[in-house]
Amino acid sequence: MQLSINGVSHEFDIDEDMPLLWVLRDELKLTGTKFGCGGGFCGACTIHLDGQPMRGCLTPARFAVGKQITTIEGLSENGDHPLQKAWVEHNVPQCGYCQSGQLMSAAALLATNASPSDAEIDRAMTGNLCRCGTYPRIKAAIKTAAGKNVADNRGGKD
Amino acid sequence: MSNNQTIENVGRRRFLQLTGLSAGGLILGTALPGGGSAWASTAGKAGPLNLFVTVHSDDTVSIVCHRSEMGQGIRTALPQIVADELEADWHRVNVVQGLGDERYGSQNTDGSRSIRRFYDTMRTMGASARTMLEQAAAQQWKVPADECSAKNHAVVHTPSGRRLRFGELAAAAAAMPVPDAQSLRLKDSRQFNYIGKPVATVDAPDMVTGRAQFGQDVTFDNLLIASIERAPVLGSTIDKLDDSAARKVKGVVAIERLDGGAEPPAFKPLSGVAVLAHNTWTALKARKLLQISWSASSHDQHDSDSYLADLQRAVLEPGTTITNRGDVDTAESSASQSHQATYTVPYLAHATMEPPAATAQVSESGCEVWGCVQDPQSVQQQVAAALSMKPEQVTVNVTLLGGGFGRKSKPDFVVEAALLAKKMQRPVKVVWSREDDIRHDYYHAASVEHYRAGLDSDGHVDSWLQRAAFPSISGTFQAGIDHPSNSELGLGLTDLPYAIPNCRTETQRAEYHARIGWLRSVSNIQNAFGVCSFADELAHVSGQRPDSFLLQLIGPDRHVDPSQGDYKYSNYGEELDKFPLDTARLKNVLRRVAVKADLNLRGDHGKNSGEGWGIAVHRSFLSYVGIATKVQVQNGRMKIQEMHCVADVGLAVNPDRVRSQMEGAMIFGMSLALMGEIKMKNGAVSNSNFHDYQLLRMHQCPPLSVELVDSDAAPAGVGEPGVPPVAPSIANAVFAASGQRIRELPISKHLQVS
Ligand code: FES
Ligand code: FES
Repeated sequence: MQLSINGVSHEFDIDEDMPLLWVLRDELKLTGTKFGCGGGFCGACTIHLDGQPMRGCLTPARFAVGKQITTIEGLSENGDHPLQKAWVEHNVPQCGYCQSGQLMSAAALLATNASPSDAEIDRAMTGNLCRCGTYPRIKAAIKTAAGKNVADNRGGKD
Repeated sequence: MSNNQTIENVGRRRFLQLTGLSAGGLILGTALPGGGSAWASTAGKAGPLNLFVTVHSDDTVSIVCHRSEMGQGIRTALPQIVADELEADWHRVNVVQGLGDERYGSQNTDGSRSIRRFYDTMRTMGASARTMLEQAAAQQWKVPADECSAKNHAVVHTPSGRRLRFGELAAAAAAMPVPDAQSLRLKDSRQFNYIGKPVATVDAPDMVTGRAQFGQDVTFDNLLIASIERAPVLGSTIDKLDDSAARKVKGVVAIERLDGGAEPPAFKPLSGVAVLAHNTWTALKARKLLQISWSASSHDQHDSDSYLADLQRAVLEPGTTITNRGDVDTAESSASQSHQATYTVPYLAHATMEPPAATAQVSESGCEVWGCVQDPQSVQQQVAAALSMKPEQVTVNVTLLGGGFGRKSKPDFVVEAALLAKKMQRPVKVVWSREDDIRHDYYHAASVEHYRAGLDSDGHVDSWLQRAAFPSISGTFQAGIDHPSNSELGLGLTDLPYAIPNCRTETQRAEYHARIGWLRSVSNIQNAFGVCSFADELAHVSGQRPDSFLLQLIGPDRHVDPSQGDYKYSNYGEELDKFPLDTARLKNVLRRVAVKADLNLRGDHGKNSGEGWGIAVHRSFLSYVGIATKVQVQNGRMKIQEMHCVADVGLAVNPDRVRSQMEGAMIFGMSLALMGEIKMKNGAVSNSNFHDYQLLRMHQCPPLSVELVDSDAAPAGVGEPGVPPVAPSIANAVFAASGQRIRELPISKHLQVS
């Protein structure tokens, strides 16, 4: 089967039910998309399908045929998506494991809502768990990327 | 670059061939791969003082981080210390992850120890390398060494202004004798370039682009993936196995049994059946088709609810006395007021965002593993024992850890990979699923603690009895241990910092029925929940504001030594001289956190607003942390509205990472206080994934603040000490808001949390 991933078309000889998470990680060795729960609970596997945020662990490969798959590796050419820059500026990651998924969810949010409110950020991001507890910085970084003033004390730079 | 390439490059022998140790650099015992993306370094032949720094002729400097990165920022902070003393330019520093090697000293990355144990060592390493560069320059210029000093990646001859870059001196410096540690000149703290500064996390750029490599991400061309169905009950083994359906799944390569071995469980793998396939999906799918019947186990009657109910009865009975000051019984009989309460905390799971994973390859000469491990030397030992090898035959490459919290100090999952790789004669990666992780953890002990206090007519606490019952971690490693250990009691109980004339600590019997392990802050979780909740209860009973009551309870400024008779207080393995239990620092944190809260709401129970504040202060891992929490309780629902942290961790090497650890600790503490509960029935864990073992989500996370106390005291622990005061501060706030006292976690048992 043929899948378009980060703008490149790839041919796979796989079980068409294989979730995209494993197609990416095991077949294509594109390991930026993470395995956190396999059940749609954590968002670590978030990718975009034609720009929509999807759980890679629950999306069978056949569902993506003819669609554009975007992963964290394809979010920007040089790691310079405004969110990636804001993430580094706020020193968001702790262990980093959830962050691909967080960024993909946040990118999908900003693509449809250029300046989300706190409640809108909460709604868009609530499916993404972070065990290390980087939520305040994620929120601050999303606001920075959205060009908003972050005038609160919820984490961020020293 | 493919992952395969990375792994190949960092193999020990290959690497030595590649570099030949002949790059002409100053190599202080550490050979380093070129390129800079490598995950491992190879310890060389020099002594342990010289293992961390390499200066290359191209002017870059490689610094080894020998401790595991799990989000605490240690791959930034330790090299930051070295670079400072070295006078290196941080932008030319390349951080290299150390292999497991005892010459580094302890690599056991837990106990919030990395900075406090290695701060001095890292400075020495940096200063030693700097001195060698200065001496090399002096030799070249034929001037006295004391006229030469390193500054910003170069050595300058002060009288003449001549200057040589580090890279130009690399070869000559490598030939210098390693200076005597005593002769080294360390910087004055006013000259620090990086120590105490919020240096950006070195791994952040890779983490936001998906390039960072975790244990789950390791891959080889001919790798097999193993998914293991493990015995649901500890001690149970495979009785019957029908794997015919699983074998028929296309892509399944093998099905192998793993034997758990005898109890105590220690770091041994559990009994299980491994399905090995070319990809994870196939292994997971085929595993579901296994038909296994498991043997009976002595633990298969275990029920966590009735176990806790038993402990709740047991703690009301006299137990084994551990410490005893004054005469509690006589004091109780003359108390004008007395109060008692029992606190319960359930089993908890680590639930690191990255489930455990390890990759192994076994050859005749040894075994090489790649994994998200907190203690690579323990991996060497355990894998060597399982494969009948010597530890030095086991090469351990430490990847990034997608969270650790103590889970990844237990190398059972690496032993699984090694055993399977040996059987298969090819590389195997063992992938734990979330269900595996939740059901086969080394759990934080379920616990019950009983407290009793007598107050005199002025409302002063005259006697305090504390009695703990929980299965000891030691029981998982050593047969016959069925009481909390002295070291677990020393995490917040026997080191009670209160000035109470009569005080006794007792334990009650509690046997293990599951693997018990250390979870971020260990028994401080239940000890601080009990102590800080009970103290708040006493403030209320005696009609005083919690902060003024606590200040009085802590009493005069002094250094407390909890050792008593046979009981030796371990003080987190440090000398009390260097890291005293200092009540002045505890009170300072208390005062500073109390002003964040409106403690006048006490007694009002937020009658109008449903709002209330709670505070808790606790010393653990040699640091002092206070938490103030505001909650709203209405119609059986509670919500945390804001939370503040004041922390005195001594010198903060990287204040931004200290803050982020405190932010994370508050969120970790909220998860466990509000929702954390592992349940066991018929010996097996009932939870399975994040829907029934819930963690705090963004919409539940209130605004947080962190205030660090400016301190030049010796750097103390950071990763753990933020956690213990969180749960009691929330429970105290719930009481202030509603009059409802939470004595049993999680709070979701009593109130709907939103
Ligand atoms: S791995 Fe897909 S939602 Fe958790
Ligand atoms: S940064 Fe570790 S789980 Fe989010």
